[in-house]
Amino acid sequence: MKYIIAVIQPDRLDEVMAALEEEEVNLITVSDVMGRGRQKGVAEVYRSHVERGGLLRKVKIEVAVNDSFLQPTVDAIARGARTGHIGDGKIFVFDLEECVRIRTGETGCVAIG
Amino acid sequence: MAQIDTGDTAWMIVATALVMLMTPGLAFFYGGLVRRKNVLSVMMQCFMLLGVMSIQWVLFGYTLAFGPDQGGFIGDFSWTALTGVGAEPNADYAGTIPHTLFMLFQMMFAVLTPALIVGAFAERMKFSAFLLFSVLWATIVYDPMAHWVWGVGGWLRELGALDFAGGTVVHINAGMAALAAALVIGKRKGYPDISPPHNLPFAILGAALLWFGWFGFNAGSALGANGLSVSAFLTTQLGAASAAVAWAVVEWVKGKRPTALGTISGAVAGLVAITPASGFVTPLGASGIGALAGLVCYLAVVIVKGKLGYDDSLDAFGVHGVGGMLGALLTGFWATTVINPAGADGVFHGNGKLLLWQFVALVVCAAYSFVLSFGLLKLIDKVVGLRVTEEKEGIGLDLTQHSESAYTLVG
Repeated sequence: MKYIIAVIQPDRLDEVMAALEEEEVNLITVSDVMGRGRQKGVAEVYRSHVERGGLLRKVKIEVAVNDSFLQPTVDAIARGARTGHIGDGKIFVFDLEECVRIRTGETGCVAIG
Repeated sequence: MAQIDTGDTAWMIVATALVMLMTPGLAFFYGGLVRRKNVLSVMMQCFMLLGVMSIQWVLFGYTLAFGPDQGGFIGDFSWTALTGVGAEPNADYAGTIPHTLFMLFQMMFAVLTPALIVGAFAERMKFSAFLLFSVLWATIVYDPMAHWVWGVGGWLRELGALDFAGGTVVHINAGMAALAAALVIGKRKGYPDISPPHNLPFAILGAALLWFGWFGFNAGSALGANGLSVSAFLTTQLGAASAAVAWAVVEWVKGKRPTALGTISGAVAGLVAITPASGFVTPLGASGIGALAGLVCYLAVVIVKGKLGYDDSLDAFGVHGVGGMLGALLTGFWATTVINPAGADGVFHGNGKLLLWQFVALVVCAAYSFVLSFGLLKLIDKVVGLRVTEEKEGIGLDLTQHSESAYTLVG
């Protein structure tokens, strides 16, 4: 099981979600976040404006998947989020130790999907 | 020489300020209904109209609408830049208040009307195209129509159609332009799968300010502090109240919950529909018009719009166009000379002819507005482009048109 965190441009969320749906990945958590990259948010302000401390507005998405879904999911996020401009964001992949579906108490691979 | 009445003048100063407040009220109403990435853009559009339309009105709008008649169609240029418009009352329009005050009262209507159209093209029009459209529209659509209905010698005024406070000039006019705008500019990206209103309390605040300002709009249209203005005040209250209740009841009966958005939409629909009738109908008539407005506008916005598939983002046509036309027709039923001897009797008071004039005025104004607005928008689209790029629409108009965002996340 893997846990994927991606930080993307806010306006690419619709495209990323559409791309994930094409791969039948429907489970996603989304939050508004602030962040900055190598440019410290100020070298090139693109599609956003600088908030406090050189931070730009981003959207963070989190997806937990079984191993077989890892590559399609990462590809879908990249496909949806990429514009080729600075600030498109990053994708981070973690090993996931455990997953529990609260309603049923199921654990592991069956609990993710 | 006409004599200034201090009571009338005091009330009309207040009424003028009340109507001014409707445009920022509309900004909050519309601003709450859009997605948060576009809230500043619609508020900015409304606010900018307070700027440019005031200037347009003083320079040449007022004289085109109310200046000496040219063939029943439009005023001439003799009052350009307010030449000859001063403290001396103009007995043709309002004999007991300064002419300047009448001009100011009408200015607030000229500001509000193009702002109503914003609801149809919200979230996707370029700011530059919006400015160009608004000024040209005011000049070739609003000013002539205001002359037909209100100007001395205007052909609809001579015909005998009743429009107390501007149901035709303001609401049918803006509503038809809104329909044209929705058709020309096309659907928003992703429509109909669009996020819900980003801030309903803003929309409720806006609706409340509109309702408040509408007392100036309708009761002020009596152009004096007298029994008729109070009668219009009462019918305004009842029109809004009945429509708000009616819309909520319909939602409830249809098996859903009565919603806050529905209730405020109903109130605005009722205010729109009572506008032409406000100085001509009894309290009972006003309640009937309001209730029907709530019902019919609900059907237009919730049922018909979905079926026809155009994207009138904030229902400028569904509420102002449909509500305005309904109000014009119902005035032909409920109007009575008991309330206003200067008016006429409608169908319910034994006179069917008024309904015919109401219908003629409605059809001509709706057609004029739709055709010219449609053509004007097509022209602007050809010359400068109406719509922002798909990428900019995705980012939102606040950032791409104004380099601002309404809400920060931290700090």
